[in-house]
Amino acid sequence: MESSDIVARYSSMPGGIIEAYHDLVDREGFLSQEAIIAAARCFGVSVAEAYGVATFYSMFSVKPKGKHIVRVCRSAPCHTAGSATMVDALQEQLGIKIGETTPDQRFTLELTECVGQCQATPVFTIDGEPYPGLAPNAVGAVLESYLQDGTGKEGR
Amino acid sequence: MAKETRIILKNLGKIDPMKIEDAVAQGGYQGLLRARGMAAADLIQEVKDSGLRGRGGAGFNCGQKWAFAAAAPRNEKYVVCNADEGEPSTYKDRIIMENDPHRLIEGMAICAHAIGSRQGYIYLRGEYSFLSGVLTHAIDQAREAGYLADFDITVRRGAGAYICGEETALIESLEGKRGEPRYKPPYPPTQGLWQLPTIVNNVETLANLPSIVDRGAAWFASLGAPSYPGTKIFTLTGDINNPGFYEVPTNTSIQDIVYGFGGGIPGDLALQAVQIGGTSGAFVPPEMLDTPLDFDSMQYAGLTLGSGAVFVLDETRDILEVVTRIEAFFEHESCGKCTPCREGTPRLVGLLEKIAQGQGSRFDLDLAQKLGRNMTITSLCGLGMAAPVPMLTAMQHFPAVFTDQVSIKTSEEGSPW
Repeated sequence: MESSDIVARYSSMPGGIIEAYHDLVDREGFLSQEAIIAAARCFGVSVAEAYGVATFYSMFSVKPKGKHIVRVCRSAPCHTAGSATMVDALQEQLGIKIGETTPDQRFTLELTECVGQCQATPVFTIDGEPYPGLAPNAVGAVLESYLQDGTGKEGR
Repeated sequence: MAKETRIILKNLGKIDPMKIEDAVAQGGYQGLLRARGMAAADLIQEVKDSGLRGRGGAGFNCGQKWAFAAAAPRNEKYVVCNADEGEPSTYKDRIIMENDPHRLIEGMAICAHAIGSRQGYIYLRGEYSFLSGVLTHAIDQAREAGYLADFDITVRRGAGAYICGEETALIESLEGKRGEPRYKPPYPPTQGLWQLPTIVNNVETLANLPSIVDRGAAWFASLGAPSYPGTKIFTLTGDINNPGFYEVPTNTSIQDIVYGFGGGIPGDLALQAVQIGGTSGAFVPPEMLDTPLDFDSMQYAGLTLGSGAVFVLDETRDILEVVTRIEAFFEHESCGKCTPCREGTPRLVGLLEKIAQGQGSRFDLDLAQKLGRNMTITSLCGLGMAAPVPMLTAMQHFPAVFTDQVSIKTSEEGSPW
């Protein structure tokens, strides 16, 4: 589906540009220049404003990313529970640093602030799915499940 | 040990959140039916009399807020549920929505009847996107059952911006814009979403309403602390034996939460500090543990109730390092609209890093404090006002943590101004 067709589905929703962006990011992984221009036209705002919205929210990106987004929480409760060790484990498993994407475009590794799963710390998420309170040595199995069926859900 | 008093979470584990009949069997929507039999003015008076105050952190009288919107002479008004729960260490609203979505929907419908609204929105933080299905399903069931005959609710998602918990930033985001706070006044109850009267209430605030209307203002007002009645859900994180969430009367003390419900510190270590109210909250020293957790008692003690998060640090933790991480959070989440917050948050981080590395002077400490006090006065919204609070309260209650890191020699240099 073209970016403009995806955006058009939200045209009747007042202030729907953020929902349209969610949909675009879910399908394409990022907000392309064409998508932002299409959104600007659809919602009657300038391209600058549409770009301003796209770059304000941390869940949107204007650059391509990997298929699966791994985010490690670094807010205070996760920080003191050893999020740095979790970052090390994920970096080692994926062979990339924070902010990078694996060469096969499967995973992008990022830091995030609190995702509201503080019942068990530290926390990381993959495509929004929270993994609270895992030991660093359990990370490999979780990542593996995303390689096998593409969603990770079956591997849990 | 103190026992939990579950009002908001009374259905936890007793109902299937996907089944409206389960909620109804536990008395769900009785409050709404009773509210709809009342005149709007009487309903607002009932909520005022209950003493319910906002559970999002500001502690404003809920009925009073509604009265402003009810009095606004416009036909179109909105009820917005603030489900942008982004305060680190806090997940109480998620627990409510996950387990009893109908209680939230009922609360919103009660508010709609009081102020005369036909459209509501749940602004759900992007990180809680997985709850969108539960909420939408519950709304559909409530609509089919006839509870939403003259009021509808739409779920809209945020996309990762802590600032959108601030009500005018939330409104901007709902309108499809960058989530930057508005200048106030006007306040949302008179000019909010699309410049129309709007009530923005926190999930936990709204979830109190079914019980208040069903059981009466006097019953609610008799619970907990008189000036901030009812219960509060606390989420307990950090160095604690029993991390989790606990719904307790508002006159419960910090001591009861940490040592009663929380079971104390693991490994028999001593308590060093508790941060209450989330990452924007004050650091509390052990000698203040007998402070009751209600809004006014906390404020009187120079502390904050905030979201009700309780983050515990044992004696081995480096407070300066934790405070530096916390201030980096605010640097990341500052929206950039006003100068004190945009420029102040990175400066605080820089000063704290310098001090932590042993490169700081007494002057740097003074500068950080002065900058922090300035930000609390001059920032546009609560984010910038609260950002220095963890640092300032840590400096107040744990001065040696900071002064031990600065050399005495440079303390004589004085101000360069």
